[in-house]
Amino acid sequence: MIVGMAPRALLACPDCDLLQREPEPADRTVVTCARCGSVLYRDTPDTVDRTLAFALGASVLFIVANAFPIVGMTIEGRSNTVSLPGALVALWHQDMQLVAGLVGLTTLLAPGLVLAALLYLVLPLHFGRQPPGVPLILRTLDSIQPWGLVEVFMLGLLVSLVKLEMYAKVVPGVALWAFGALLLVFTAMAAAFDPRSLWARIGTARSGAGR
Amino acid sequence: MSAPALTAARAGLIRCGDCELLSRAPQSGGNLSCPRCGATLHQRKPNSIQRTWALLIAAYILYIPANLLPMMVTTSPQGTANDTIMSGVVYLLSSGSWPLALLVFLASITIPLAKLVSLTFLAWSVQRRSTWQPEHRARIYRMVEIVGRWSMLDVYIVTIMAGLVQMQPLAAIDAGPAAIAFGAVVVLSLLAANSFDPRLIWDPLGDHDD
Ligand SMILES: [Zn+2]
Ligand SMILES: [Zn+2]
Repeated sequence: MIVGMAPRALLACPDCDLLQREPEPADRTVVTCARCGSVLYRDTPDTVDRTLAFALGASVLFIVANAFPIVGMTIEGRSNTVSLPGALVALWHQDMQLVAGLVGLTTLLAPGLVLAALLYLVLPLHFGRQPPGVPLILRTLDSIQPWGLVEVFMLGLLVSLVKLEMYAKVVPGVALWAFGALLLVFTAMAAAFDPRSLWARIGTARSGAGR
Repeated sequence: MSAPALTAARAGLIRCGDCELLSRAPQSGGNLSCPRCGATLHQRKPNSIQRTWALLIAAYILYIPANLLPMMVTTSPQGTANDTIMSGVVYLLSSGSWPLALLVFLASITIPLAKLVSLTFLAWSVQRRSTWQPEHRARIYRMVEIVGRWSMLDVYIVTIMAGLVQMQPLAAIDAGPAAIAFGAVVVLSLLAANSFDPRLIWDPLGDHDD
């Protein structure tokens, strides 16, 4: 029945391996597997331009979120503030290098690398150029993305603020708002980015005359 | 739709894990790389079940010190207090913020354990080639992937508190050894979920259909 169809019209579900036909474009915005219900892909129009816009916004917020204090507090006349890099340094000096590394990976390194990789891809594409090494960048993105836990960190910030309130008066810093906004922009950016369409460009580039 | 399900594997095709391109599987059974992106193609993740088991067992072992050792050490002129994850939850509860206590309890105790138990069940059911409720098991796997990341919550809470409250000798909060064990549990169970291949849930189905 399916034999003889062009391989491009076929999709295999990543979660159950079922072969199925790609639905007509604009048929549905979210395409799910007919057997197991996992999301095969989302229809994401203007992926390059929208990803670029969100990535630029996220970069500004990312810098602000890391350069400024998240929260400050005063106990009996002594005050202190903490930023994310400052908290990592403090953990490091408490002989918690592994924890500092894990927190740094999930809140700083992974989100930072995701931003850098996306900008590297979509900035030239926006001006009609294909940057070199697209497969490597897409593969790196795919493996680093699960390690970015900005949304969990944001919830952790809120809980620690409430806990700290029990000890003393706390003052939210600029970076707290920046993290909140970063979370929203990051979510929008992830939804706007469609690696499928970038892979498809490589396919056409290779089968075409040029590179 | 009542016909036996045709999978890529049965059709002699391999889906590239990186770029999703379908390629013809090699007849000899040797390795093949993706013609579009160059990634090595595998019909299923290699040694999926063995790797999942190894990571799960390591995570179970570390789950014990993660819960027994202190997560947070508070020093003040009154002395030193050690807080485990559970006593941190109890403290939140006694200070009146039960929604917060519930949140931390879910994220730090329920979710990590539920994730390990779910993956154990999935790995066990796949190993004995069970055909029981594949849709249900697929849903369990998706839940594990979505919910699992939230177990990092307590590590972040300790990070902020230990970074901020460094006002010796008035008050100081340090991260305790449980933070290391707990972080390791989170990483190991993330890797275990990653090495589990959900397609193995569906593979035994065709054997009975045909
Ligand atoms: Zn499926
Ligand atoms: Zn590929």
